[in-house]
This record gives sequence, C-alpha cells and structure tokens, in this order.
Amino acid sequence: MKNKLITLMLGAAASVAIAGAATAGTLDDVRQHGFVQCGVSQGLMGFSVPDAQNNWTGMDVDFCRAIAAAVLGDATKVKFTPLTAKERFTALQSGEIDVLSRNTTWTMSRDTSLGLKFAGIMYYDGQGFIVNSKKHANVKSVNDLAGATICTQSGTTTELNIADYFKSQKLDYKLLTFEKNDEAIAAYQDGRCDAYSTDQSGLYAQRLKMQVPDDNLVLPEIISKEPLGPVVRQGDDAWFNVVKWVYFALVNAEELGLTSQNVEDMKKTSTNPEIQRLLGVASSDGKAAGFGIGMGLDEGWAEAAIKQVGNYGEIFDRNVGQGSPLKIERGKNALWKDGGLQYAPPVR
Amino acid sequence: MSVAFVRDRDAPLRPPPPGTAGALGWLRANLFAGPGNSLLTLLLGLALGWLAWSVLDWAVLRAVWTGSGREACAIPDAGACWPFVWEKFPQWIFGFYPLDERWRPLAVMAIGAAALAPMMVPGAPGKQANALFLLIAYPAIAYVLLAGGAFGLEPVETSSWGGLLVTLVVAVTGIVISLPLGILLALGRRSELPVVRTASIVFIELWRGVPLVTVLFMASVMLPLFLPGGVTLDKLMRAIIGLSLFASAYIAEAVRGGLQAVAKGQTEAGLALGLSRGQVTRKIVLPQALRISIPNIVGIFIGLFKDTTLVLVVSIYDFLGIINAGLQDAKWAAPQTANTGYFVAALVYFAFCFAMSRYALFTEARLEQAGKR
Amino acid sequence: MSLEATARPRRRPVWSSARWRGLALQALVLIALAAFFYDLALNTAANMATRHIVSGFDFLWRKAGFEVSFSLIPYSGEDSYARALMVGFFNTLLVSACGIVLATMLGLVIGLMRLSRNWLAARIATAYIEVMRNVPLLLQLFIWYRLVLTPLPQARDAITLGSASLSNKGLTLPAPVFGDGAWWSWVGFGVAAVAFWLLSGWNRRQREATGKSMPVWWLGALLLVALPVLFLFAAGWPLSFEHPVRSNFGFRGGMTLVPEFMALLLALSIYTAAFIAEAVRAGVMAVSRGQGEAAAALGLKPRLAMRLVVLPQALRVIIPPLTSQYLNLTKNSSLAVAIGYPDLVSTGGTILGQTGQAIEVVTIWMVVYLSLSLLTSAFMNWFNARHRLVGR
Repeated sequence: MKNKLITLMLGAAASVAIAGAATAGTLDDVRQHGFVQCGVSQGLMGFSVPDAQNNWTGMDVDFCRAIAAAVLGDATKVKFTPLTAKERFTALQSGEIDVLSRNTTWTMSRDTSLGLKFAGIMYYDGQGFIVNSKKHANVKSVNDLAGATICTQSGTTTELNIADYFKSQKLDYKLLTFEKNDEAIAAYQDGRCDAYSTDQSGLYAQRLKMQVPDDNLVLPEIISKEPLGPVVRQGDDAWFNVVKWVYFALVNAEELGLTSQNVEDMKKTSTNPEIQRLLGVASSDGKAAGFGIGMGLDEGWAEAAIKQVGNYGEIFDRNVGQGSPLKIERGKNALWKDGGLQYAPPVR
Repeated sequence: MSVAFVRDRDAPLRPPPPGTAGALGWLRANLFAGPGNSLLTLLLGLALGWLAWSVLDWAVLRAVWTGSGREACAIPDAGACWPFVWEKFPQWIFGFYPLDERWRPLAVMAIGAAALAPMMVPGAPGKQANALFLLIAYPAIAYVLLAGGAFGLEPVETSSWGGLLVTLVVAVTGIVISLPLGILLALGRRSELPVVRTASIVFIELWRGVPLVTVLFMASVMLPLFLPGGVTLDKLMRAIIGLSLFASAYIAEAVRGGLQAVAKGQTEAGLALGLSRGQVTRKIVLPQALRISIPNIVGIFIGLFKDTTLVLVVSIYDFLGIINAGLQDAKWAAPQTANTGYFVAALVYFAFCFAMSRYALFTEARLEQAGKR
Repeated sequence: MSLEATARPRRRPVWSSARWRGLALQALVLIALAAFFYDLALNTAANMATRHIVSGFDFLWRKAGFEVSFSLIPYSGEDSYARALMVGFFNTLLVSACGIVLATMLGLVIGLMRLSRNWLAARIATAYIEVMRNVPLLLQLFIWYRLVLTPLPQARDAITLGSASLSNKGLTLPAPVFGDGAWWSWVGFGVAAVAFWLLSGWNRRQREATGKSMPVWWLGALLLVALPVLFLFAAGWPLSFEHPVRSNFGFRGGMTLVPEFMALLLALSIYTAAFIAEAVRAGVMAVSRGQGEAAAALGLKPRLAMRLVVLPQALRVIIPPLTSQYLNLTKNSSLAVAIGYPDLVSTGGTILGQTGQAIEVVTIWMVVYLSLSLLTSAFMNWFNARHRLVGR
C-alpha cells in the first residue's frame, strides 16, 4: 500500500505542475496570525531554554523576539515550538514554524537538498569534547581519546564530524547516539561514555548543569566549523530578507553603538546618516528613508528590535557572554572591527 | 423382629485429624505439602521478605523527606529523595501550564471523573444522557477549557501542556476517536462487499503490523508533508492522530471478536422480522457485540494509556517524559533522584492501569452472569 | 391484491436491489479511496516540490558517515546508508530472537507457577503478572537501563574472568575469527542436522514397534555440537579468537555486548513473559481436568503428566496468543531508540536526521516490520496447523 503510494507520488510529481505554490507569503501570514512561529531547541542553556513557567530565554529566542519586534512591533508576539534535531527541518518545511532558530549548522546539503535557506550566522561555533577529568585524568586532548566511547545526539552534524576527525587522525572510537541531548548527557554522567561531544557553546552550557562542573574538562581542540544561524524556507524571498536584515540590523546596531537604552535618544539626536538610515529617520524635508517600507515593514522596524531586544552584543552578553553563567568569550563572534567575524552589510 | 439398638442421636463429633483443618491445615495443604514444596515456600518467602524489606528500607527508613536541593539527597547511603518529588509534582501533573490557569485542567479532570463515575456503576440512572454528554459535550468543554481563547479564557498553547494532563488528553482523545473508527473497520472487515472488506483488512493489518514508535515518527515527520499547503497541525494533534489510527486497528479486531460471538440466529431472526440489514446491524448485532467486547476494549485502552509514554520519542512531555526531563535538573542531581522519579512513575501508572484492569474483570464477570441467565 | 403482489417486483426501482446497492457502495468507496490517495499524493508532491526536497531511494547508496555502537556485521562509517540499515535490521532481529526465547521460558515458568498448588508461589506469580502488565514498557526499559548500568564498575575496574570481562561498557568476550575453510563447520552442521532427522525418525519407528526409546534430544544436541567441531578440526582448525585488549577506555577488539542490548533484552523478555504466562495459564486451564487425572491414574508423576499430557494439549490454545505476543515483542524492540541501542528504528532515525528523507525512511520501516509480522504469523499458522493435526 505504501509502495503504491510512493509510485503514485512519483508519478504525480513528474506530471503535475506545482499547484500549491500560490500560498501567501510568510510575512503576510505572520501579520495575519499576529505572532511569529519560531522553532527552537528543547532546552540548551544560553540559546533557548524554558523555565518552569514556559518562559523562554536565550540567544536563539531573543533573535525570534527581535523578528517579532521588527515585524509586529511587539517582541512578545512569538510562539515557541521546541523541536528535536529530527523534526526541525520538517517543521519548517511544512509551515509549522516561520523561522527555525535552533542552533542549526549551515551546511551545503541543507541548502541544496532540503529546501532550506540560512539567513545569516548568529553564532560561529565549533565542535568540541568534554571528558570527566576525575575518571580520566590523563586525557588532555582529543588525541588521547583513542578507543573511547563517545556520546552524542543522533541526527546532527556532530556524529559525522566525529567520524571524519577520528578517521583523519587514525583513531578508533565507539559512538553512542541518543534521541535527545538529555539522554546523551545522562549516559555521559553515568560513566557509560568517556566523552560527550557537541558544539563548544553547548559543552559549556551542559558543563554548568553537571553535578560537579569542575570535574569536567572541555578539551581544547575544535574539530569542525559550526556556523549556527536562523533558517527559513526557500522560495519566499520577502520573508528571507526580513529575517536576514533583522540579524544585520542587530549587528549594525552594535557597530554603531546603538543599544536598547540609547536607541530612542540616538534617533532624536544622532546626525550620523548610517544611524538615521537604520532607524528610519525621515530626512529634513520629511521624506522617508524607505528601508523598512522597501522590506514591507514599518520604518521603525530596526528601532523596535533594538529597543525591545537589544543589539547583537547585548543579546550575546545577556545569554552566553559575561552577563550570563556561561561566560563565553566573544572570540570569533566579536565584531569584525574587534577582530571577530560578525560583519553586516551596510544599510544603504 | 426387634431392633436391639437404634441410635437416636449423633455420635459426638471427633476433631479432624491434626493438620488438615484450621490455620495449620491450610498451611500444610498450601505451603508445606512435602519437602520439595516446603523448600520452595521457604526460598520464595525469603526472597519476598528480602524484596519487601529493601523497598521499605529504601522508600521509608533511609529516605530523605525534607530539603531543598541536591545537598539534602546526596548524603551517603540515602534512600529515596522525596523532596524532589514534592517540588516537581505540580509540574508532573500540569507540565508548563501557566500557574494562574491551572484550575482549568483541574476542572476538566474533575468534570470527567464526575461524569465517568456513574457510567461505571451498574444500575446508575441516566446512562444514555451521560454517555451523550461524555462523547459529545465533554470533549468540546474540555477543549475550550484547556486551549482557551474563548469566553475570556487566556489561550494556552499545547506546547505548554505536559505531564499527566497530556497523558490523559492523549489517551482519552485517542479512545474517543478510535472507538467509532474501529467499529466501522470491524463492520467493514465482515462486509460481504470485497472492496470494503479488502480496504478494511489492509488498513487493519497495516497498523497492527508496525510498531507504534514508527507510527509516531511518521505522524511527526511525514504527516506534515501530506497536508495541503498552508495547513498545519499541532504536534500534539499529530501524535493523537497517529495513536488513534494505531488503536483503531486493535479496537476493530476486538469488536470483530464480539461480532463473531453474536449467534448467527440473531441476524436471521432480525431479517425474518423484516428489518433491513442496516437495522439488524445497528439494533441487534452491534449492541450485543459491543457489550461482549467491552473487556477487550478496556484492555486496549489500558494498552493505549501505557503507550502514551512513547510520545516521548517525538518530544512531547507526557507524565513519564516530564519526570525523565526533570531528572536532568542539576539542582536535584543525586544518586537516588532517578530511582525515586521512576518509582513514583511506576506507582502512578500501576494505580491507573490496575484499576482499569480490575474494572474490566468486573464487567466481564457481570457479562458472564448475564449470559448465564 | 394478488395482482399487485406479482406486479411489485417489476416496479421495484433498480437502486433498491441489494446487489446494485452493494456495487454502488463499493464503487463509491473505491472512488473515495482513490481520491483520498490521489489528493495525498498531489499534496505531497506539491509540498516536496515547493520545499525543494529530493525524493527517491538513491540516498541509500551514499556514504553513511556515522558509526554505530553495536553491529553483528562488519560496518564502519565508510559504508552506505543501506548497510547501516542492515546493521539496524540485524540488531532488531538479534534482540527479538533472544527476547522471544527468554520470554517464552520465563513466561512458561511464571504461568505454571501461577497454577501451582503452593499458595505463595501462585501469589508471587500473580503479583509479577499484575505489576509487569500494568507498568509501561518504556518505564521498565528506563529502569532496567539504570539497573544494568549503575552496579557495573568502570571499565578500568572491570570484573574479569579469563578473557571475558564485564563493565559499564558491556560484556566483552573474545571474538571468533574464521579463517579459510571455516565453511566446513557449516557442512558439519548440515550433516548433523540430517543425521538428527534420520535418527529421530528411526527412533519413532523403534518406539512404536518395541516401546523402547532412546534419549534422542540429547544425542541430537551432542551431534549438532560435535560434528561441526570435528569437521572444523579436519579442515585444519581455521578458527582463532581475537582476545580483547585493555585500553585506556576499556577494551579493544573482541566482541562486546553493550549494556543497551542487555537492558533492552531484559525489559522486553520480562515484560512479555507476563503476557505469555497468562496465555500459558489459560491454555493449561483449557485442558479438561480428566486428562490430568487420567495421567495420574496411569501412574505418571505430576511433572511427567504436565509435560507429556497436559502441555501438548494446552499448546493448541496457547499458540495463537503466543504468536501475537512474539509479534508484540518484535515491534516493541523499536523502543531501543529511547536508550540508544542501534536497532532498525534508531539507525533509520539517524539517517532520517542526516538526509531528511522522511517518507523513504518511514516506508522502509513499515515494509520491514510488516514483512516480519507477516512472516512470523505465517510461520506460527503453519506450526499451529501442524500441531492441530497431531493433537486430534
């Protein structure tokens, strides 16, 4: 019966001109619903984590709030959907969510064969390992992990990176994968695995949740590039632009010194044309700057996002940086002018 | 002929041979009949005693009763960590349901219990009205109360639901959907029309042949692709659909068993009275068949109730799922936390399922008696 | 009056004939089904096209790139997705087969215990059945996983016995390595099987003729073990063992039964045994009392009476529910996904996550489990039919 279904489907795919493409744009849908549907992780400290009252916090969460502020003028108008690694792309593809902001790695195949579009890189990350230094005092680098059992979450790029790295280093290892991160961490803490692997930011977050954080050592090596960013569906350029430029606006705001505290004043007082363009200040003859309108938003889109959520630096500090328990350095995520990789095209 | 002696009263009763009556006799017949049997009793008794003692020791004597974090429970040689349960319990029942709105799920549970109780008591009045209320009005009331968004109730997304609430919602909705579907399928499978019969058989065997985990994965990752563009279904709704289709196949088989048990003469008599086939099915065969299949349907419901735990694999936090998630809380990281959580989960599931299975036995016994008359 | 009665059949409209209505209904159902599936297919095709998802089974031949923790066949990340699925499939088969054997043995014991005249034994069996049946399998699986893992020592403090060792990395054993000519042992096995078959036939005739019987089962078991070894020896013993070597993190080489396997096996067999016990009890109770009494009157001891008279007859009643329990166990083995045992669903899920080929992977799952189910029930039906002939 299922086989019949598949043949039917393939036949239909070949012969039928696409009929479903005429749906309204996501931007209109969001306006109509009155909220942004945002896919997040099921709980990763610093990126997206719910408290007991289901209030979400984190970088990924704040980015969705910024989108909501830019589009709807209200950062609280977000509906968060926690997703597993497996579900995330289907959820986006099926329209269950409007934007996937779930520490997702930008890879080529996700661009080309899954029908996804990455709107930017919110966080430059890399995969690392954590080991219990009490149990394995002699492990100081990944190369000491020969023969070790490594736990990780299944269905992610993590397990592929481990395979590649250990093969290139000619090390043997055993991999144990779990459906959920929690289960992998539990197995690591029970001593079932010798090491646990995920993105480094995640390692620091998980380490804080362990019984004795100081017993756990994050190994120095980073074995992969993990550019994490928000994802939207292909074929909806208007929405893609909104998500992309909200991100750029946050980065530009930091570069221009705009914060949630001063953005209102700066809008009134600043004479810097870059700030004026970003905040949609009308020129002296009353002409609108037109950048928000060009995207299909209000002129105050960036101002709303910055005022209600903060600039990129504020978001970083609050959730993963010095203002958070994680205390992760800016590193590669510093602005380009500070030696990092965060760089936004100009608003012009 | 004269009789020399006729006894006109009973001889005094002699006591039974020692060890065949009374407590001692019972012991001898049931526990110490022969050396092998005695040894078995002794061994089993010892094992049972040890088990009971360990549980008591762990759950009561060595248990930690108060505290506010892992320090309380992480002491050496500690037993169950009860303060963990006290703190997490509301969340286990309601999930992330907003604190101020928790009276709503409570009200739903209370109304459901109040309406269900008279249904379970034989001879209680107003069963028909009650059944109609439970099957039609109650789901609507429950939905409005839980989801909100009408009558001034704050909307609560299903992603905030969790714990026992989700377990009950999934199980009850599952049975309410799968019961009519299953009856239709059972009738279809016994139909004389080849197309209807084949379609029913294929449907039933397809769902019965695959594990529920794959059905849930299918509901979570594949179902969205089947829907027309722009239509999306809630994740919880998708899981319920998957579970209901799965359960309907099993219900169909239970009902089919009931249909087969109804004597052929019933149908023939109905037809002879001039009823149409549809009327015979509706008014004569189906009521009898359903009554016979009640114990099996309750059995399937128990299975469904237990199977709701599998929604954990598609990351819906039911009762077991939320307990499991709570175990990762660093605040309560202690050696006995997980054991305590699982112990409570096992007790709660056992209480629900055992009660239901007893009820099924009770109904079965009643039906048997009705059949004997 | 009579005129009207004869005239009525002719005036009956065509749609009131049962045959016509049946046909119409079927056509309607057919059209509805076709429309439903057509709509489904159309939606899916449209959805996949708008979302730029590439469909088809080509991905199966691409490099998998991920490792699994436990495999019966040689496998590495260099192999294809198809091979990874095979690994999962064999792991499912392994745990189901072991589970079925264990559950049957345990279920038989518990079922008979429940019928025991010893009050305590019967009560304990009842309690076992009630507890196991009324607690969800997934919860039991979690509990077993903890119970298996917690008391086991770290790899460096492994309990060792010869070259076997037990730690929280699992049970590590020396792995047999078959060299050239190892196929001779299969030849030996085949010869032994044929010899066993001949022997049992001869023994049956002998028993029917003279009443004397040989311990055929013991002889057969001996043959099945001895002959392959003998043949292997004749071929120059092309068998060696790869002994596990201690490493920093436990052991290298050898073969390891991972704790996930043990936990899953325990949970599945202990859970299913409760249901099998109920089937056994129902079966034994269905055999009329007279049978047992007659056996006792003939001088058979209770144990023999149970084995030779009651159980064979009870089997007829036991087998149908037993079949469905075996099927349930096989399907329930998919819970492996919750504790990371790489069965078919777990590896398939990983592939689904890597490739995003939801429809294809789910189709493979369904087809495999359906075929397993159909095969098992076909085998059991055959067994059942055969037994029915003997029983009457």
